[in-house]
Amino acid sequence: MEPIDVIEGDVSFLDRSDVDTDQIIPKQFLKRVERTGFGEFLFYDWIKDGEIELSPNPILVAGPNFGSGSSREHAVWALQQFGFDCVIAPSFSDIFYSNCTKNGFLPIVLSEDECRQVAEAGEARIELDNQTVACDGGKFLFQIDGEIKRRLLGGLDDIALTLGELDSIERFEDGPGGTRGPVTTAVD
Amino acid sequence: MAMTMFEKIWEAHEVRENLIYIDLHLVHEVTSPQAFEGLRMSGRALRRPDKTVATADHNVPTDGTPAANLIADALSRKQVELLEANAEEFGVPVFSLGSGSQGIVHVIGPELGLTQPGMTIVCGDSHTSTHGAFGALAFGIGTSEVEHVMATQTLVQKRPKTMRIDYQGTLAPGVTSKDLILATIGRLGTAGMNGHAVEYAGEAIRALTMEQRMTICNMTIEGGGKAGMIAPDDTTFEYMRGRPGVPEDFDVRVEEWRQLVTDEGASFDDEVEIDASALSPMVTWGTTPGMVVQVTDSVPDPAVMESPVEREAAERALAYMGLSPGTPMTEIRPERVFIGSCTNSRISDLREAASAIRGRSVHPEVRAMVVPGSAKVKSQAEEEGLDEIFQSAGFEWRGAGCSMCLGMNPDILMEGERCASTSNRNFEGRQGKGGRTHLMSPTMATAAAIEGHFVDIREWE
Ligand code: SF4
Repeated sequence: MEPIDVIEGDVSFLDRSDVDTDQIIPKQFLKRVERTGFGEFLFYDWIKDGEIELSPNPILVAGPNFGSGSSREHAVWALQQFGFDCVIAPSFSDIFYSNCTKNGFLPIVLSEDECRQVAEAGEARIELDNQTVACDGGKFLFQIDGEIKRRLLGGLDDIALTLGELDSIERFEDGPGGTRGPVTTAVD
Repeated sequence: MAMTMFEKIWEAHEVRENLIYIDLHLVHEVTSPQAFEGLRMSGRALRRPDKTVATADHNVPTDGTPAANLIADALSRKQVELLEANAEEFGVPVFSLGSGSQGIVHVIGPELGLTQPGMTIVCGDSHTSTHGAFGALAFGIGTSEVEHVMATQTLVQKRPKTMRIDYQGTLAPGVTSKDLILATIGRLGTAGMNGHAVEYAGEAIRALTMEQRMTICNMTIEGGGKAGMIAPDDTTFEYMRGRPGVPEDFDVRVEEWRQLVTDEGASFDDEVEIDASALSPMVTWGTTPGMVVQVTDSVPDPAVMESPVEREAAERALAYMGLSPGTPMTEIRPERVFIGSCTNSRISDLREAASAIRGRSVHPEVRAMVVPGSAKVKSQAEEEGLDEIFQSAGFEWRGAGCSMCLGMNPDILMEGERCASTSNRNFEGRQGKGGRTHLMSPTMATAAAIEGHFVDIREWE
């Protein structure tokens, strides 16, 4: 994962609410077994039908409840591979938000009004360390979980970090926690 | 201290703060290839194959294709074959095409007795919330997290907020658990449960069977929730008894599982009360599950909506759906009917649908299909003769899989086709580009297939 610090540049605006993952990356493109090659299919139906136009700027601003629907991480890969580095919206679906953070793609929550100002300004500078979005309309603070921020700033790999704590996982498994649940290999 | 069911399960799984242990990891062909590839590239093993199980469901054809290497679509074939190869390489049990235990991942977990109270369950699929019906904490994760669970059997997670929805009274005749959850999402909105672990409680919930409870927990994600949960009780234990995956000391475990209920006086971040006895059969009119009305209502008029965002969304939805405001829902005519998906494709759903047919036939202008949720549901239904009831009425009887719920296999709607569907999502293009989906219960979908228009099941003889 690439570390994030400052994101700066032009803004693309998708003025719609409840944009779901089926729109972000339609299902016919989920058959790829690689992590790459999704960028060209971003919003495939909407762009092909001329419903929307989007430029691959560093910053995307969208309406509330962005990324609703499925857990498909392909949606984040598509946004990233299309050229965006972050997405700003009044709210996100929960799994989508988390998927963003696992890929070094910054999701930022600002109020509807602030989102609109960033979109109108057309360019902005985002500093993750200070948790600010600065544009012609003003400078806005955003909230982000401290641990998530640390991992994004450092570009840290979650799996390597957790494997560093293998002792505690093994200790957990040796306790009562290890006896819960089925043995899948014994079922057929 | 008084604790909620969620808190009891969460705390029993904390390896440390924000790192929880996972008891069961369900894997399917669409969200796993990149995760397996990640393990391979970093030279990591899959830590606990004995807590992992894989099935092929999203992509598989439902026309009776018996094995992965015979799937006609090249990309689907590759995904399913890769699932089998990955499972073999990493030692994970797999139920692929042709296996008697294959099926939609959220149908086979409970069916095999793998889904048990008090567990943490994850899957790279948002409808993992289904398993919460057993008093488990179950939720969907993305592919990076799938890889994390594969490598560590844990998940980095912040503790979600909690919510309880308390349903008073019981459902009226003709009103199903599907209607209950659609009405709830209609009331709270598609972000109303945002990120919460939601406990469904109250008299109406206690009165439901396990399969009906699964329908409710399944659609938690449509209300924006993270996980849906229902406290385990005798209904739960009787459903589980004798299934292959349940523990040998079943009765001892049952006594432990009884302790999982929310204590008197425990508090939630949010509480909502809904009068279940006042609910009616529901049908969606738009392109989110929250765009829903009673079947006795008409298509709403965007012009009278107060919020501009809501008005604009409704206008777009009506244009897409090809509907005009004021049209009675019962005058809407579908060309297609789909009975299936992890929401409503279990044996009881098929029994209800079949028993509603009573000698009648599918309307000549409708094409209707029934897709059992699993190979086991299919063979059970065939033993009971349901396949014949469906087929002689003109329904197509298919093999098990996700099928037209998301149309990744050849079962899709054509541009502009309208479908009465028992699935959970009516997003634009969900069932095929330009397809128009109306969500409803299995009996309502059956009635729509026969009459050629939506009907109020309570009035339907
Ligand atoms: S049936 Fe539909 S909602 Fe359920 S897992 Fe399959 S695609 Fe997803």
